[in-house]
Amino acid sequence: MTLRKYLVILSVVFFGSVGDAFLARGMKHAGAIDIHHLSRVFSALANPYVILGIFFLLAFMSSYMTALSFADLTYVLPATAISYVVMVLLSIFWLHEHVSPQRWVGVAFIVIGVGVVAGGPSRTEHLAAHVPASALKERV
Amino acid sequence: MRAFYTWLCIFITVCTAAAGDVLVALAMRRIGDLGEIRRRYGFFAIILRVSSSGVLFGGVFFMAIAFFSNLIGLSWADLSVVGPASAALTFVTNALGARFFLHENVDRRRWLATIFVCLGVLLLTWS
Repeated sequence: MTLRKYLVILSVVFFGSVGDAFLARGMKHAGAIDIHHLSRVFSALANPYVILGIFFLLAFMSSYMTALSFADLTYVLPATAISYVVMVLLSIFWLHEHVSPQRWVGVAFIVIGVGVVAGGPSRTEHLAAHVPASALKERV
Repeated sequence: MRAFYTWLCIFITVCTAAAGDVLVALAMRRIGDLGEIRRRYGFFAIILRVSSSGVLFGGVFFMAIAFFSNLIGLSWADLSVVGPASAALTFVTNALGARFFLHENVDRRRWLATIFVCLGVLLLTWS
């Protein structure tokens, strides 16, 4: 993994978490959508927070596609889960919210999960598909 | 009844998000490393290859369904219910999709990471 690839993973984290925060805030402003009036979901698209959220999620999508072009799906998804930790840190330092011990345990679990997957290779199926078994044994 | 619709929304979100992720991952694997393509052939080669991938558009279609289903779910229930439930379940269904459809080598390390992240997300948001 090069520095550029780590930056791509970080941009997935940044755009995804900020986009989700804008969307959640926008949908709270828009109010509940009735099951018989599902088309009202389109009226929520006029909300400025939802529009901002969609712009951030478009940036998320392009960085996510770039990440998937060089890494496995099962590498990218756990690695970008660090965005949940970013949200907790934002809630502490920006919104001055109280974070319970249960949430700190959750943060610890995510950090361990990200650390476990980040320590391995970003692409695995090429090793299995194109390298002879004898060569694989030599690498190990 | 609202709880039923909320969980129906979560179910639709999880299934369509996993289908979208698997299809987009498949398309990007076929297209190749975007950084490498840009270096060799320029930025417009990326636009051309990405815009001509039918599998990618299929993935984006499923992601769009997941997006709207998630929006509807968020309007019915709290983020603390919809967020962790759909995120944690999507991690597991994605790992299964990657294993069986993309034939990724989901080894013990990656299953362990997926389980840790799932538990972490549940603890973090389901309080």
